[in-house]
This record gives sequence, structure tokens and C-alpha cells, in this order.
Amino acid sequence: MKESKLTILTRGLIKENPVLVLVLGTCPVLATSTSVPNGFGMGIAATVVLICSNIVISALKKVIPDTVRIPCYIVVIASFVTVVQMLVKAYVPALNESLGIFLPLIVVNCIILGRAEMFANKNSIIDSAFDGIGMGLGFTIALVLMATIREVVGAGTWCGFEIPVFSTHTVSVLTMAPGGFFVFGLLIAILVKCTNGRAPKRKSFDCEGCPSAAACGKLGSTQESDSKKEEEEGVQ
Amino acid sequence: MKLLIAIILTACFVNNYVLQQFLGICPFLGVSKKVDQATGMSLAVIFVMLVATAVTWPLQMMLLNPNGLGYLQTIVFILVIASLVQLIEIFLKKYIPALHASLGVYLPLITTNCAVLGVCISNIDSEFTFVQALFNAFGSGLGFLIAMLLFAGVRQQMEDCDPPECFKGLPVTLIAASIVSLSFFGFSGVIESIFG
Repeated sequence: MKESKLTILTRGLIKENPVLVLVLGTCPVLATSTSVPNGFGMGIAATVVLICSNIVISALKKVIPDTVRIPCYIVVIASFVTVVQMLVKAYVPALNESLGIFLPLIVVNCIILGRAEMFANKNSIIDSAFDGIGMGLGFTIALVLMATIREVVGAGTWCGFEIPVFSTHTVSVLTMAPGGFFVFGLLIAILVKCTNGRAPKRKSFDCEGCPSAAACGKLGSTQESDSKKEEEEGVQ
Repeated sequence: MKLLIAIILTACFVNNYVLQQFLGICPFLGVSKKVDQATGMSLAVIFVMLVATAVTWPLQMMLLNPNGLGYLQTIVFILVIASLVQLIEIFLKKYIPALHASLGVYLPLITTNCAVLGVCISNIDSEFTFVQALFNAFGSGLGFLIAMLLFAGVRQQMEDCDPPECFKGLPVTLIAASIVSLSFFGFSGVIESIFG
């Protein structure tokens, strides 16, 4: 499984976009995409944590005993989250204010733990760093895309600049909680339409290693197998 | 007393963790297909939220804050919650097998549930007293249960509908969640008008 650095880097951007295709880390995406600066800030914060934790976990892969690897990963991730949290508090206090509880909650973002388990503990340090950059940017792109839709249509601005037509006809519900679900559902539907439903399924991403996989993994793959089972039962 | 009721109602309806604050979306979308699964998961969440609050609040106030270690909050909380859930599972398996049979499967899933860590951190951020923190945890868990049950009902109705091909599965579920979330807007302002 030798892959070029470029493949590793670009895989996370579109083909295996962690948010839109694999539907991981949904909570921060829905919550922080109310405006573009928020979404961008969240994306960058998570990317920094992802790159650093990928590098460290990859470097420690021979040291960490297999049986206690998940707690070890959590400690590494939590340390970097704390570092990022302190940096944001010190240099961008406004962002800290608007992200609020979602900044410390990066620690339970399943993208980061998932990448540690599925990629960083099997690959070299450099590959893991590239994977972290790619996946992190994919997360950021998805967040900015959603935040753009929500901010332009919902508030009539983009990064604080007024957009002509939209600013006089705002649909403010889009910046609130229901709008998050709605825009996210719409984006996924558009993506499925564009790819004719050929987007890779969760199974190819190997979620099984993630401790919360059983909770979130029921989303994509088992939904199909459930409906298949029901069909089979109907046939019998 | 009035304040405690206000805290429960606020956590449960106005600031519903799933539908208004987007915490714990993964189990909300993943386990809400059947009502019994949704109930089991939510009861486990209520239980873990209460226990986690009962442990993390004293830790923060009596150990971390007096020693100037407040910045260790994230690391300490996630480790404490993770080991706590493991302990609870072992304990239930040994001493209360009946409860383990109904809640046990959901317990390990909750370790990395952002709603549990979220409630612990927001208890500290809102500067609640210990009793208020417990009530807030209970209210948040109850809100999770209500959202799960409501949504499980909506999803069972949705089985019969026939959305466009590209909306099948997750997208139409998300849009249904959006409508359920919209209905919770009706609660905003209610608490203020009752409790002043």
C-alpha cells in the first residue's frame, strides 16, 4: 500500500472528504458554521490538532502498547487541544468567545481519533503529517462552504461584508439551529446527485477502529444492510 | 427551588443539547431508528451525565482550581469520563446484570460522546453550584431523551415516504431533524416568561 504523497494529501479534500462524504465530526460542523470566520477558525484549530496529533502518534507507534492505545491517543489529542485552546484564548479572544464549548470539544471529534487509529499508527511520520493536512483542509473546506451558504443566505453578509441582494432579503432561520441541519442535508444530497451515489461508503474508511464507531457507524453502512435485511425478510 | 426547575426546563427544552446546541449528533442520527434502542441509549446518557458531573465538578473546584491547574480541564475530564464509563460497565456487569443487559451495550459508545464532555464543561463555565450542576446534567440528559424519542417517531413515519433518489438515507433524515429542531424554537422565551 505505497501511495504517493500527493494522493495522501488530496484524498481528504474531495474524494474522502471527512465531513461531506464520510459524515464524521458532524457536531462542530453544524454548530460552528453559522458564519464564515467561525467556520474557518474552527477548521484551522481542528487541522492544527489533527496534524500535530498525527505526527506524534505516528512517532510513538512503536512505543505505545497495543492494548492501551486509545487512552494514549486521547491523552495526546487532549494535550494538543489544550495548547490550541490557550493559543486561541491569547491571540484571538473573539474566536474563543464565539466557538465557546466547541473548542475543547475538538478532543472528541471522531475525525481526529479516527485518523490516529486508521492512518497514523500504521504509516510513517511524513505520510501521517500529509494525511493530517489533507483531512484537516477537507474539514475546513466543508466548514467554510457550509458557513458561506448559511451566512450569505441567512445574514446577507460574507465575512462581515454585505452582499447586495441577499442583505435585504435575509432568511435568518438558516443561521440558527434548524438551518444547520437543513443546509447539511442539502449539501450531502447535492453531492450524492453529482457523484451518482458513488461516493465511498464508510466501510472503505475502516471506521471499526474508532471507539465510537458503533454509535455513529450505523449512519451509512448499516442503514443499507438493514434495509437489505428487511427486503430479504419480506421475500421469505 | 424555582431556580432548579428553571435550570432543568432550560436544559431540557430551550437549550436542548441535540436540537439547539448540536451536541451528541452522532448517536442522535445513528441510534434513533428504533424507539427501544433510542430509549436505552438516552437512559445510559442520562446516567453517565449525572455520574460524570458528580465526579468532574468536585475535581475541578477542589483539585484543579485551587492549585492553578484549570487549564488541564480538557485532559482530566476526558480521561476521567473514559475510565469512569469503563468502571461503571464492569460494576454493572458484576452486580446488576439486569441493568447491564439493557444499558450495557450503549455505555462504551458514550465515552467519546461530545454531549457528556459538553455538559461537564458547561457546568463549570456557567459557574453552577454542585446541586445546580447535577440538575443541569439531569435536564440535559432528559432533553436528549425527549429529542431521541421524538425523532425516532418521526423516522418511523419517514420509512413510508418516498424521497427523491439523491435524498435517500442521510439527507432526508437531516432535513427531518431540521424540522424537529424548528419546533423546539417554540420554547424560546417560555422560561423567561414563567420564571421572570
